[in-house]
Amino acid sequence: MNGRFQGGGLRAYAILYLLFLYAPILLLPIFAFNAGTIVAFPLKGFTTGWFVQMWDNAALRKALTNSLIIAFSASILSTCLGTFAARASTRFRFPGKGAAIGLIMMPLVMPEIIVSMSLLVVLLAVGIELSILTVILGHTLICMPYAVAIMTTAFSSLDKSLEEAAYDLGETRFSAFRLVILPLVMPGIISAMLMCFTVSLDEFIIAFFLAGNEPTLPTYIFSQLRFPKSIPVIMALGTLLVLASIVLLGIAEYFRRRGIARTGAKDTGGFL
Amino acid sequence: MATADGKEAAQGLRIVAPPLTYAVLMLGIPLLTILAYSFFKDGYLTIVREFTLENYRAVWADPIFRTIMIRSLSVAAMVTLATVLLAFPVAYFLSFVVTPDRKALWIFLITIPFWTSYLIRVFLWKVILGYNGVINSGLKSLGVIEQPLSFLLYNTGSIVMTLSHAYAPFAILPIYVALEKIDRSLLEAGRDLGESRLMTFWRVTLPLAMPGVLAAVLIVFIPVIGDYVTPTLIGGGKIPMVANMIQAQMLDIDNKPLGSAMAVTAMLVVAIASLLFLLANRRFLRVRQ
Repeated sequence: MNGRFQGGGLRAYAILYLLFLYAPILLLPIFAFNAGTIVAFPLKGFTTGWFVQMWDNAALRKALTNSLIIAFSASILSTCLGTFAARASTRFRFPGKGAAIGLIMMPLVMPEIIVSMSLLVVLLAVGIELSILTVILGHTLICMPYAVAIMTTAFSSLDKSLEEAAYDLGETRFSAFRLVILPLVMPGIISAMLMCFTVSLDEFIIAFFLAGNEPTLPTYIFSQLRFPKSIPVIMALGTLLVLASIVLLGIAEYFRRRGIARTGAKDTGGFL
Repeated sequence: MATADGKEAAQGLRIVAPPLTYAVLMLGIPLLTILAYSFFKDGYLTIVREFTLENYRAVWADPIFRTIMIRSLSVAAMVTLATVLLAFPVAYFLSFVVTPDRKALWIFLITIPFWTSYLIRVFLWKVILGYNGVINSGLKSLGVIEQPLSFLLYNTGSIVMTLSHAYAPFAILPIYVALEKIDRSLLEAGRDLGESRLMTFWRVTLPLAMPGVLAAVLIVFIPVIGDYVTPTLIGGGKIPMVANMIQAQMLDIDNKPLGSAMAVTAMLVVAIASLLFLLANRRFLRVRQ
């Protein structure tokens, strides 16, 4: 009786907490469909005009194209690199392992301003011109730890005897990896790529400092925040971005669970 | 056996080489460059490669840097306190009340806001707190106030509020992981030995959860101190934190050695603060095994 009551109080708190987390995001669709030109109550009526305006905006389309190119490239690169790191850390013992994995995971805890400023200083010193290529380089770096985390879970739930069985049946190291291990961790790879794609799509600081004159979606949004006139369009854009993130993450979560089910491990929940 | 180990080590090193090389090139070398720059002199449009401690002297003598560093530390401390205190009951709920088959769903729900555009989430707080924002226009249309409240935005309180919201999910996961590891029979033992539910929590659960709480503190504190977007948008650029100052020094003022010295100093301050914090709580880390 007492336990149930305690659970009830905690549940109510947890639900309130979730509401607090989501409250600001819920404002996005409210004002994206609001006919008023300023983002304020009372609401003025329903419109889809902001979405139409958004679609007709050439600068925004350019930013979207850039963001998609960057996110696509960075997610592939960081997942490849992250898969190597996770494989090395779960399957092999070698000197300096802790330090190596530590450095690879470091962007996760480093303030992004330090990462972007130091990278910028080196790029300028070497004389590389800022473009979407430099953003891809930066995003690959900060997405890599997420890929390592997801792939480490995927590899560590793998039964080592499956790999050994493949060797016993005459497969080489490479073909055993391709035919046995890769298919088993494939859901993890897809999950990692989607996760990295989302991180890159939403990333602002590195894109802001390393893109030169090329806009990405977040830097475009940032440049428009000064103009009250363009806020409703930003609300519409924000609605779509958040929706895209949720869909991508939902698919990532689906694949992560399928991967765990495939290797027969217990689901410990969560991405991190 | 030794050769087998050597072969395994060589193979492991070969496989870790690509990501490690990338991290060295894109993170290790840039950080070392910043460190080197902080000891160089600033010439007009160039860097004079001559060893000097002048930058550090200038940083430490600068009252503005000191003010901003203290502000960043106190904002980060307040945000950390708020997020960890608010997050603990949620983590406890996740670990002890939610049935195992629903846990993944709850964690998914909690982490979604974390993955959605940080910039948009921060900007939304400006929309909420602004002069013509959601709160003011809402209260006005309800007839509660005549004039918009101007104290909502552009102050340290609103910065703390926004950052606490933005970093909330960070605190939950490490605490949840620590709570999950607690052997449930220890709690039963506590109850069997006559402790009340509250005392069991205080003397068994909380000490065992402390490693997670410490991790949560660091995982919130470190990125918050380097936050750039919130002081810019919510502080209106008038309440800069250390990230804004480093950026201004590096790009707007274009004194890279001084900016580098600021960045290195800030990183040192954060590292020392984190170490002191861990040292002060080291008994909780020993309890674990």
